[in-house]
Amino acid sequence: MINQKIKSDFPILNQKINGHDLVYLDNAATTQKPKVVIDTINDYYRKTNSNIHRGVHTLSQRATEHYENARTKIANFINSESEKEIIFVRGATEAINLVANSYVRPLLNQDDEIIISQMEHHANIVPWQMICKEIGAKLIILPMNQKGELIVSELENIINKKTKFIAINHVSNSLGTVNSIEEIVRIAHENNIKILVDGAQAIQHIPINMKKINADFYCFSGHKIYAPSGIGILYGKKKLLDEMLPYQGGGDMIKSVTFEKTIYNDVPNKFEAGTPNISGAIALGAAIDYITNLGIKNIAKHETELLEYATEEISKINGVRIIGNAENKASVLSFVIDNVHPHDVGTIMDAEGVAIRAGNHCNQPVMDFYSIPATARASFAIYNTKEDVDKLIAAITKTIEVFR
Amino acid sequence: MNDWDDLYLEVILDHNKNPRNKNILEDFTHEAKGHNPLCGDNISIQIIMEGDNVAEARFTGSGCAISTASASILTETIKGKNRKEIELLFGNFHNLVTGNESEKDLGKLSIFGGVQKYPARVKCATLSWHALMAAIEGKKETSTE
Repeated sequence: MINQKIKSDFPILNQKINGHDLVYLDNAATTQKPKVVIDTINDYYRKTNSNIHRGVHTLSQRATEHYENARTKIANFINSESEKEIIFVRGATEAINLVANSYVRPLLNQDDEIIISQMEHHANIVPWQMICKEIGAKLIILPMNQKGELIVSELENIINKKTKFIAINHVSNSLGTVNSIEEIVRIAHENNIKILVDGAQAIQHIPINMKKINADFYCFSGHKIYAPSGIGILYGKKKLLDEMLPYQGGGDMIKSVTFEKTIYNDVPNKFEAGTPNISGAIALGAAIDYITNLGIKNIAKHETELLEYATEEISKINGVRIIGNAENKASVLSFVIDNVHPHDVGTIMDAEGVAIRAGNHCNQPVMDFYSIPATARASFAIYNTKEDVDKLIAAITKTIEVFR
Repeated sequence: MNDWDDLYLEVILDHNKNPRNKNILEDFTHEAKGHNPLCGDNISIQIIMEGDNVAEARFTGSGCAISTASASILTETIKGKNRKEIELLFGNFHNLVTGNESEKDLGKLSIFGGVQKYPARVKCATLSWHALMAAIEGKKETSTE
């Protein structure tokens, strides 16, 4: 059940900021961690800490077991074919860089094209730009409309013989748009093009079923799904992962090493060079358990109600404009106030104990699209309530009064 | 009484709403653009130097209330001052907004004293000053990062 009690699962929320109860509405940047996740990290270092995949002693075996259990939990959570398709990385950013370098770069020739969209996070722009620049390939942009929805029908028009890869986000971090990702994947596959879906803003809000989405690669960051930072997941279809070259060399990604020759390990280990973030992976498993217990569908329902309520209330205020009005949105509410810079909005909100994000959200092309320097963004999570939304609305009203 | 009253003083709000000297100077001798990549603020400063003195100063661009008011008050403050006086003034202003010891009477600039409680906003207050210093030194651009 999603109710007021959830707040008490998150120790950090029980504090005053500038004399007010903290209202945390910066969840698209990072989510807070439930006690069970914090305890898991604590327990790991108190009772289990050891290196994985190598020791014969009890602690090493225990650490390995917990680490691999976490992998299985994630495989089940996103309904992948096997846990071998789940690679632990630092976050969505590293996952995208891995695919760019180990899968796409070897495919790419001069004048080839990679398609991304108008609404990508910088993390799903820059890695592609880097390999394009190196090889002399081109980045092609799938456009969006004024509401902040991708014009999916355009995809067929921009795909051509030179298109080698597509990378699109599932949910936009600055607009909240939920993209028709299954349709986009279908179009990509009809044209024999592989596709990566950046799920950093989707995994915490929407049930993810890899068998249904059918993307070749999918990635997300742990810290946006109530787990620690520094851990994330790259999902890849096993056949592709098997074909790919390693991303980094080192321990654990090899079967045997001589100075003459190295035989690489099988997936997923092939992509996990060096001692990984073991406690982070196990804590991610604990976070997945936590939200599985609540039910991702219940979470989606709760957050949709909050978003609808906030959208309705904010629309009543004169001089406030919502940026991103897609039909299908998830948990993100970006807005601008006439004649008030978002940073001033953020400062007044903070003085009222309301934490929001003010800035370009690593989304400069989206800001340029709307000809604005930045937005203020409130984003919701399982522990937010209607009262939190009321405090947000009150803080917006106060901001307008100050700058009247 | 609100927490932010010491930041958003009436004078600052007024300069934000009605910025002074916010237009293009046709016959400037020095100009530079200041950019804060963190928030996207852009403030350009144009000045006319007569010898070592600033005879005229204007600004253009967009930014938050603090950076707009700071640019507006800057253009009023530096007119008639020479390079050395401006360097000294910027040093004292920087000390003021970062909360370092500053005994100096900064006149109108002292209204930015509230910024020191908001470390994230120091760059807003100093953006136009960095642009001014770049202009005087003959550079075209500066960034707060």
